[in-house]
Amino acid sequence: MGLLSDPVRRRALARLVLRLNAPLCALSYVAGIAWFLALAFPPLTQRTYMSENAMGSTMVEEQFAGGERARSFARDFAAHRRKSGALPVAWLERTMRSVGLEVYTQSFSRKLPFPDETHERYMVSGINVYGILRAPRAASTESLVLTVPCGPESTNSQAVGLMLALAAHFRGQIYWAKDIIFLVTEHDLLGSEAWLEAYHDINVTGMQSSPLQGRAGAIQAAVALELSTDVVTSLDVAVEGLNGQLPNLDLLNLFQTFCQKGGLLCTLQGKLQPQDWTSVDGPLQGVQTLLLMVLQQASGHPHGAHGLFLRYRVEALTLRGINSFRQYKYDLVAVGKALEGMFRKLNHLLERLHQSFFFYLLPALSRFVSIGLYMPAAGFLLLVLGLKISSASCCPHALELWMQLHEAGVGPEEAGGTSGSSPPLPATQRVGLASLVAPLLISQAVGLALYVLPVLGQHVAAQHFPVAEAEAVVLTLLAVYAAGLALPHSTHWVLSTQAPDRSWMALKLVALIYLALQLACITLTNFSLGFLLAATMVPGAALTKPSGPRPLCAALLVLTSPAATLLGGLFLWQQLQEAPLSLAEGWRLFLAALAQGVLEHHTYGALLFPLLALGLYPCWLLFWNVLFWK
Amino acid sequence: MAVGIIKNLVVGKGDLNPGPSHATCPRPFVPYQRPFTPSSPSKAYPGSRCGSRTPASGTAPEVTSQTLFLLEAGLSRGRGHWEAETAAGMAAAAQLCLLVLLLLGPGVWGQTEPPGDSLREELVITPLPSGDVAATFQFRTRWDSELQREEGTDHSFLRYAVLPREVVCTENLTPWKKLLPCSSKAGLSVLLKADRLFHTSYHSQAVHIRPVCRDARCVSISWELRQTLSVVFDAFVTGQGKQDWSLFRMFSRTLTEPCPLALESRVYVDVTNYSQDNETLEVYPPPLTTYQDVVLGTRKTYAVYDLLDTAVINNSRSLNLQLKWKRPPGSEAPPTPFLYTQRYVSGYGLHNGELSTLLYNTHPYRAFPVLLLDTVPWYLRLYVHTLTITSKGKENKPSYIHYQPAQDRMQPHLLEMLIQLPASSVTKVSIQFERALLKWTEYTPDPNHGFYVSPSVLSALVPSEVAARPVDWEESPLFNTLFPVSDSSSYFVRLYTEPLLVNLPTPDFSMPYNVICLTCTVVAVCYGSFYNLLTRTFQIEEPSKGGLARRLANLIRRARGVPPL
Repeated sequence: MGLLSDPVRRRALARLVLRLNAPLCALSYVAGIAWFLALAFPPLTQRTYMSENAMGSTMVEEQFAGGERARSFARDFAAHRRKSGALPVAWLERTMRSVGLEVYTQSFSRKLPFPDETHERYMVSGINVYGILRAPRAASTESLVLTVPCGPESTNSQAVGLMLALAAHFRGQIYWAKDIIFLVTEHDLLGSEAWLEAYHDINVTGMQSSPLQGRAGAIQAAVALELSTDVVTSLDVAVEGLNGQLPNLDLLNLFQTFCQKGGLLCTLQGKLQPQDWTSVDGPLQGVQTLLLMVLQQASGHPHGAHGLFLRYRVEALTLRGINSFRQYKYDLVAVGKALEGMFRKLNHLLERLHQSFFFYLLPALSRFVSIGLYMPAAGFLLLVLGLKISSASCCPHALELWMQLHEAGVGPEEAGGTSGSSPPLPATQRVGLASLVAPLLISQAVGLALYVLPVLGQHVAAQHFPVAEAEAVVLTLLAVYAAGLALPHSTHWVLSTQAPDRSWMALKLVALIYLALQLACITLTNFSLGFLLAATMVPGAALTKPSGPRPLCAALLVLTSPAATLLGGLFLWQQLQEAPLSLAEGWRLFLAALAQGVLEHHTYGALLFPLLALGLYPCWLLFWNVLFWK
Repeated sequence: MAVGIIKNLVVGKGDLNPGPSHATCPRPFVPYQRPFTPSSPSKAYPGSRCGSRTPASGTAPEVTSQTLFLLEAGLSRGRGHWEAETAAGMAAAAQLCLLVLLLLGPGVWGQTEPPGDSLREELVITPLPSGDVAATFQFRTRWDSELQREEGTDHSFLRYAVLPREVVCTENLTPWKKLLPCSSKAGLSVLLKADRLFHTSYHSQAVHIRPVCRDARCVSISWELRQTLSVVFDAFVTGQGKQDWSLFRMFSRTLTEPCPLALESRVYVDVTNYSQDNETLEVYPPPLTTYQDVVLGTRKTYAVYDLLDTAVINNSRSLNLQLKWKRPPGSEAPPTPFLYTQRYVSGYGLHNGELSTLLYNTHPYRAFPVLLLDTVPWYLRLYVHTLTITSKGKENKPSYIHYQPAQDRMQPHLLEMLIQLPASSVTKVSIQFERALLKWTEYTPDPNHGFYVSPSVLSALVPSEVAARPVDWEESPLFNTLFPVSDSSSYFVRLYTEPLLVNLPTPDFSMPYNVICLTCTVVAVCYGSFYNLLTRTFQIEEPSKGGLARRLANLIRRARGVPPL
């Protein structure tokens, strides 16, 4: 604080920052990346532990033995499904009622903003079926959910069978203190979204659905189940939800406890957890898992039907049965026992899960990195922007722009007096401010067009060009995106010719502050997205200036633009999944991802698309503008 | 003895008062057996203490100190959730509900002369279409008292309090059983075994005390103590999947002898639907007599077993009633009652929310009014202007609304409405609220569990299918008076909706230490410097030789060949 009041020392610090700016920035960037990669190594990762007392000390004995029953339910379900071609609602209702549940159905319909080519659907209508087990020990104030999403491509019939067998077993027990809802949704995530919105009696995405007839109080936790075969080699657990939201870590710990107890093989992101953390191999494998999780979380795509529950503060995760070529296989009884144990322990809960972490990264199933330890990685990257801002603001070449902007009202004499350098020209100052308005407005307008035009103009595009609606959306998206690159020319056309060459610094300062603020806010809510964007956008933002090797800089900027980050992320994801892509495949996947991103924003309220279109893309355009400043 | 009973009641309430309770203090709204007379809101009630702080346990003693006369008191508790829609006509009960009616002057007085001390007991067993069995015990004790009726005002007060959750796990059956003349030694009360009753899917017990007139002019009165216990045995849980029931299977006891003090001791089995269509259900031993009456608007037939009739018990020394399903009960949807309800909190997040109550009238052509009483704790700040009542897509204007706003930490919201439900319709009553931030000492020890909102109470005159004759209170079985008939075309029903669990914005109580440390550090570091900056007067000074740091810096600079500072 003494620095603020002592002008001499302040100037000394400013000079230091200014002189060492480039090495400091580079050092900070490298430190950020290195810190991130070090997250998978033992001093930074910790072993997970159960925080919730109600679930920790008490042991439960699993008695589920309905494997044969589950298989017969699954067979019947699959047969009925094949016969009717859709969800066999009547059969489900009858079966659920016969095992003693209160059964209700909910019909829903949704017209997507444009045809979804990945899932081949446009006008979607379906029926959700759910049965409620009323707990004898409480008055329907709290409930747990076991949900099985049934989509057109994933039949998930073994999961339905197991769910029904579990329901039959649970119904005969007297210890339930929370109602249990067994939910079968059609059209996987769309059905879940419709059911959740109807359960909470809200409408956030324009879904049309019939109101629910039966409710069971506040939902405390949910588990989504996906099984495609009646024997599994391992269970994969997915935690990332919509917009990168994560469930409480205790829920994952609970799952892991029962994995260990039942001797089940459990994976995270499809990767087994390394046994040896002391050597380098374990952590290196951890880095891969961590990167997969970061990519998955940054995409904001719900990694399973559980992802939509998190918005309603329902802790949820998805369990996927994997059947690979491993020798040892588990049958449905083992999976059922793990689920029974989890539900019995959740039944013990006195409060909502709140004791453990809500913000964490997972390098393995039993290891986690808490928010306090991963935040510095993003902090270092943002420090680069901070240093650049401070250098721009106390740089003598920039005429102490910061001072000028601040002391414009005080008068040039005083401003010159405090800054101690040559008095600035009032004319320059005025033009500097005016020159900022046009690029800012234009870049924001392009962002808005990017957000609005593709969906709004799909019919026009489909009429005038030989493309389908879905293609039209993606192509419009790319066209608007590319058209934004012509921004420098349009701003120069708007600007008067007397724009001084120094006002690009003002623009860069504004762009830097804008970027730093956005990245900081994103990092706080979704670390993975914030970190990925920071890691890619920061170097370009720091290096951009109209002088110097322009083509090199332009290439760097284009390579670190949000769209290129998405493309790179896709390649990295496939690489880590050990299924590398060819360029053509990658491009196809990229186009599909663009369409999915827009679609998810409209159907589930995912925020990645508006964030990129309205926030980061205009900001990136400002840097592009700085680069081509005349 | 009268005083003894009342004391007992008050003591009982004391036991049942755990944790923070949110008492309501409504105006009189429903005298017990004259249910549908909402008095005009402008009427003044002397002695009404609605403004004062009235926790649940303090209600009755406080009023007695006012030299008012406790006329009627009821206390009921229930556990579990009983869907009226699936049970076909059993009313759901609140978790714990205290109803004290204070009446001065002529009120609801029984009009016939009862005998001296007397006990009537009965057990009604109702097999449900789902295969479950509901059993309802009723005990009525009457005794003379020295109490004289006083002439004077006819103002009435009613205190109503609900605890949506009983925090401590107490056994409530023993004190209740002690009020019975035969305790659990003989008669129907032999069946009251706690371990069986509490393993049911629903149970509710109640005590109600009231005076009845002993003569036509009602000069001298008797007290009547009525105890009710209803349980629902679940075929899936209690019956281990089997759906044949017997007394032994339900209660692990059989009936051996009537209570010697009882004037009447009977077991009724509902055989209405089963005796007609092809014998789906068989009752063993075969009943000697049957009884027909209109209950809940439908004609019912009961098989009657009178324990005082020696033929019933003497054959085998014990009576073990058995119900055998000839054909397994179908899994088709059970018939829906004319009135049922559902209540929930809508919305997400910790800022706003909406309380919604759905009222279903499934009667094909008759509309009927219901009285909805809602008491909402003060920490849900209701926005009354958002109160909307819609049925069939149109706005439904209630014919009577009484709203008493909450006072923070003093009294809850009270909202009372008389709503006409159109025939075969769903009426949605919704009101928005904001969640208040409590003081940190006001949170319960388990703040993340959420806070309970007590059930709303629904009183209605439901149209009956069959014209009923007015009940002769003394002659007809006790269970008939559970749902009194006001006129021949409708019967009275009181429903309790489910309690709600609402999460309030909760600070992280697990890290007060961190918060205190951080706050203190920030204050200590920043406050001093900012204060210094703000209060210091700046003046330009010629640089002097400088301090130690400056000299050191200059030394280094000289060594590097850079001009000094």
